[in-house]
Amino acid sequence: MIDGLLIGSIYGLAAMGLSLIWGVMNVINLTHGATIALGMFGIYLLYTATGASPYLLLLPVIGGGLILGIVVYWVAIHWVIGRPMLMSLLSTFAINMMIIGTGTAVWSTSPYNVNFNLPGVTVGKYTFTGNHIAAASAAVVIAWALQLFLYHTRPGKAIRAVADNREAAELMGISSTAVLAIAFGIGIALAAASGALVSTLFPFTILSGAVYQLKSFVVTVLAGLGKPFGALVAGVLLGLLEGVVTPFIAVSWIPLIEFGLFVVVLVAFPRGIFGRITA
Amino acid sequence: MILRRPFFWLILIFAAAFIYFPVHSHDVPLREDLVLVAIAIILASNLNLMIGYTGYVNFGHIVFYGLGGYIGLYLVSVRGWNLVLAALTAGLAVSLCALVFGLGILRLRGAYFALATIGVLEAVKAFVANFNPWGRSTGMYLSFEAYQTLGGAMRALWIDYYLIVGVMALSLILSLSIKISKFGLGLFAIRENEDAATVLGVNTTVYKAIIYSLSAFLPAVAGALVFYKNAMIDPFVAFEFMLSLEGIVMLMLGGQGSVTGAALGAAMYERLRSTLLTSPKLSDFHLVIAGGLLLIVVLFAPGGLIGWLYRLVPRSREVIE
Repeated sequence: MIDGLLIGSIYGLAAMGLSLIWGVMNVINLTHGATIALGMFGIYLLYTATGASPYLLLLPVIGGGLILGIVVYWVAIHWVIGRPMLMSLLSTFAINMMIIGTGTAVWSTSPYNVNFNLPGVTVGKYTFTGNHIAAASAAVVIAWALQLFLYHTRPGKAIRAVADNREAAELMGISSTAVLAIAFGIGIALAAASGALVSTLFPFTILSGAVYQLKSFVVTVLAGLGKPFGALVAGVLLGLLEGVVTPFIAVSWIPLIEFGLFVVVLVAFPRGIFGRITA
Repeated sequence: MILRRPFFWLILIFAAAFIYFPVHSHDVPLREDLVLVAIAIILASNLNLMIGYTGYVNFGHIVFYGLGGYIGLYLVSVRGWNLVLAALTAGLAVSLCALVFGLGILRLRGAYFALATIGVLEAVKAFVANFNPWGRSTGMYLSFEAYQTLGGAMRALWIDYYLIVGVMALSLILSLSIKISKFGLGLFAIRENEDAATVLGVNTTVYKAIIYSLSAFLPAVAGALVFYKNAMIDPFVAFEFMLSLEGIVMLMLGGQGSVTGAALGAAMYERLRSTLLTSPKLSDFHLVIAGGLLLIVVLFAPGGLIGWLYRLVPRSREVIE
């Protein structure tokens, strides 16, 4: 159950990226899964090259994610903002295909893993692996840093202003294009960071991102679209749910529960389960 | 009325060509290529009813095809039903499911609906992967004897091919007849502005539920026929999210909202994919090329090939629907 809680914080981090992009520019980012996978491979490459701690290598991965996100924004997103929903869905999906295609050609679809272990912590009769704890703490630290950035710096405030009302923000002298590009970069960086953290826990392939993308959708919807911090909490809840039900039913039933919940929440509470509380 | 449309006769000629060439030359590899094209056309043109006509993006369209395949294979192999009867039953059952589901999730609009369809697809996939009578995650097989009722495997596969081509022709005719009907006009109104359509007296709830359910019928029938041909099915082949998305790519390539566009995009994408996959140099990069193509269409030619043709030769609108 605690394990579920720890993994949940990573789900939450992944979903935050998706949620931020949705909240700021009304785009469902279908490159999400591909970027999560790129984060995993980023850590793998850096770790095999330098041998430094993966948690230290998180910083260059986040930086790379930010740059990648800004590039993708200019190539694919900028032109479809304000056009019908389908267009941004398709352009992000096109980028997704290109990343997955290149990744498959380079790394094939065989599994990789990052061979790095921190000593575990034993509390009473339970032992937690060090990697789980480190990954979860890293997720919380990143989320906290994002919170600071969004609420206490000028660019962060600009992002929130654009998310609230783009025209009004432009009238106040905020260059909304630059803000959108940065917000997209941050969203991608969050996805890459969560992928990087996952890579220290489980083996992965270039296609593993898709699983976490689907979980991010579930989490984002549970929290209500466009609420990054709700997403973190909902991610932890989802991880907790997985941890709690695993002893009672076969693991293969979990997706049915998750996606059933997903559809029901969408239809019944389209603003998320926190819809009323965090306005 | 529909008989007076030149396009109706074009569809029949097109389907006849699908039958004539492989039968005339007894060319089985050609038939297999054409089956893939026909399936792509069936999926894309029924998806077009949702995306192109009504403006609702369905990411989980493949769920109809997979469920149809499961029901059809189950009825043929376990219950020993006749293929045609089993396929029709599969179509009706899936349509009915879609109607019930549709009344729920069609209350959502735009991105919310699109997300919900992903949820439906994944939930159904997870359910089937755990459903004992359908073989859970290993799926089901069709024993070779099942082909005997249609006079041996070779004849059965040809009959199955005729049926698939028939379903393809029906898909195109369905698209055309909806497009020229009052019902179709209602759908277009929903696509342009749903609130305005409601005010003008279009019963949007009923319209959307009907079109969602209609767009499920022929893909489900096709699913039953295709998995009968493959003689096996498992949840990962039947409910492949990627195939669902490729349907959308086909639609964009050809031009959404147009009957020809959907068919043309489907045929072109399918041929392109086959060529890339079988070429030794490019097979690794087929996703990259397809993705790049999609990006170019989305950014520079959102009307697809047909939109481009209409701009180039405005009069072509009168013949090519």
